[in-house]
Amino acid sequence: MKAVRYYGKEDVRVETIDDPKILNPRDAIVKVSATAICGSDLHIYGGYIPTMEKGDVLGHEFMGEVVEVGSANRRLKVGDRVVVPFTIACGACYFCKEQLWSLCDNSNPNARLAEKLYGFSGSGLFGYSHMYGGYPGGQAEFVRVPFADVGPLRVPSNLSDDQVLFLSDIFPTGYMAAENCDIDPGDTIAVWGCGPVGQFAIQSAFLLGADRVIAIDRIPERLALAAAKSNAEVLNYEEDDILETLRDMTGGEGPDACIDAVGLESHGTTLDAWYDRAKTSMFLATDRPHALRQAIDACRKGGVVSIPGVYGGWLDKFPLGAAFAKGLTLKMGQTHVHKYMPELLERIERGDIDPSFIITHHVTLDDAPEMYKTFREKQDDCIKVVMRP
Amino acid sequence: MERVEATNIERWATLATATAVMAYGLSRRSATGVCLAAAATPLAYRGLVGEWPTIGTGRAGSVLDDTRTALSGRRGVRVRESMRLQRPVDEVYRFWRHLQNLPRFMTSLERVTDLGDGRSHWIAKGPADAKVEWDAAIINEVENKVIGWRSEPGSDIVTAGSVSFEPARGGLSTQVSVHLQYALAGHAAGWLTSFIDLQREQAVREDLRRLKQYLETGEIARATADNA
Repeated sequence: MKAVRYYGKEDVRVETIDDPKILNPRDAIVKVSATAICGSDLHIYGGYIPTMEKGDVLGHEFMGEVVEVGSANRRLKVGDRVVVPFTIACGACYFCKEQLWSLCDNSNPNARLAEKLYGFSGSGLFGYSHMYGGYPGGQAEFVRVPFADVGPLRVPSNLSDDQVLFLSDIFPTGYMAAENCDIDPGDTIAVWGCGPVGQFAIQSAFLLGADRVIAIDRIPERLALAAAKSNAEVLNYEEDDILETLRDMTGGEGPDACIDAVGLESHGTTLDAWYDRAKTSMFLATDRPHALRQAIDACRKGGVVSIPGVYGGWLDKFPLGAAFAKGLTLKMGQTHVHKYMPELLERIERGDIDPSFIITHHVTLDDAPEMYKTFREKQDDCIKVVMRP
Repeated sequence: MERVEATNIERWATLATATAVMAYGLSRRSATGVCLAAAATPLAYRGLVGEWPTIGTGRAGSVLDDTRTALSGRRGVRVRESMRLQRPVDEVYRFWRHLQNLPRFMTSLERVTDLGDGRSHWIAKGPADAKVEWDAAIINEVENKVIGWRSEPGSDIVTAGSVSFEPARGGLSTQVSVHLQYALAGHAAGWLTSFIDLQREQAVREDLRRLKQYLETGEIARATADNA
């Protein structure tokens, strides 16, 4: 089969490899009908994610048709059309039972690697480094899906791939980011980053009752999309002083909750952003948390800072003093995709939201190397790439 | 006489120092160099085995076949690991007490045979495809609480240990705690085995993790066909 493989920083290739096989009784094999490049794939592409190996199959947003099921899988049958959550979860451990699916104890065969770095291990992930399990990813013609009797969600045939594909990651990720904000009616939410997760966070905040959402980015087409499709008030941080403007817009109080949908490769124009750039480029630091610092500084007293953006290491100049002084709540982590999929599918069926609004590029798997570059450089107004094998 | 056993960190440091001194000594290609290298061997022994070599009593022989002697005080390699499983105590206990089940999650074991009367025969995969075999006897058993065992005289290794099962999270979970002690009977493979033992803690943790996966999910997670 064809698959998109990692070979190093800014080096991905489409190659032919062996088809996956059923390895465990609860497995299924899915023939991919649509797969996307995620913003977090760009962290891999940029060389920020440790324990990637040459030849690893990338991709964790995918859906398709079940073509084979393992002997103990009594939930799926051949022919089912499913969306697969990017987090792999067993459904039986303490964490899965507590709906903390992305913290599953049993799905990471390389848990010891994550334990070395973080002391504990989260769930395995598709196509996202050996520390997270070393599972071959979804940017391929076929994928082996472990614990397929709890993960994959069957989707009705009247919804298109484009409408349901993002249930695999970014829609639940944006939704959990908004849910973590504990939104009360009338609240104002600020969102850093108008990439796909940011867009879903904006729309989810409105779905959960926010009065206003203020979106921050620097890419004109992303800001335009946030304004036009997601109804946000938008700020360009290359033109506006973000902290001052947010204060002004909220009568000096600050937003009730702030969402960092940027993560570890944040850009910025302030002194701390250049400090981060200098340190990470000399390998003296692992992450560039400029957006997160600003979110903490901007948030109102007693508010919530919700972090769907990915972080990997040890942060420098982290304003914990401000967070403490203001009594902030910080919520973060990989998305508990399994928890959100059914209710978000219902929202799509009801017409509350049509996730296909973020797609800017439809291509084939063969175009992957070029599209990684286009997406990373944000060329050609690229916001979301969907590939068909 | 009080014996002072080295900690793991100290043992790695000792081993590294000994190796460096021996390498330096041998690289001199002179009589002094060889003497220097030879002088570092007790240090290397301490690094590998965890105690200073003793003259006369030796590690081989029938005296050390007795777990009470070989593992007394601070002798031998010790491992402690514990893990919580989201299964009730009686189920976890029953699975473990059926000793034939152990190789399902302990990858270093090839086979365990229950000989009856609390006695069992163990076959483990040793270094370089060698098999290590021993007989063990259960010396302490409280249903749903603890199983304790020790190896019997004449075995390739001298080992004693226990596993305890405690209810956690209001009885929904079980905390499994393993205590293991090892010493080596006196044959050549022993040195190598002791070297591997330094990594035992991680290995026992991986064994417990596989037990947890197996009992909680019915299978052992693997990412590719190459995963064990």
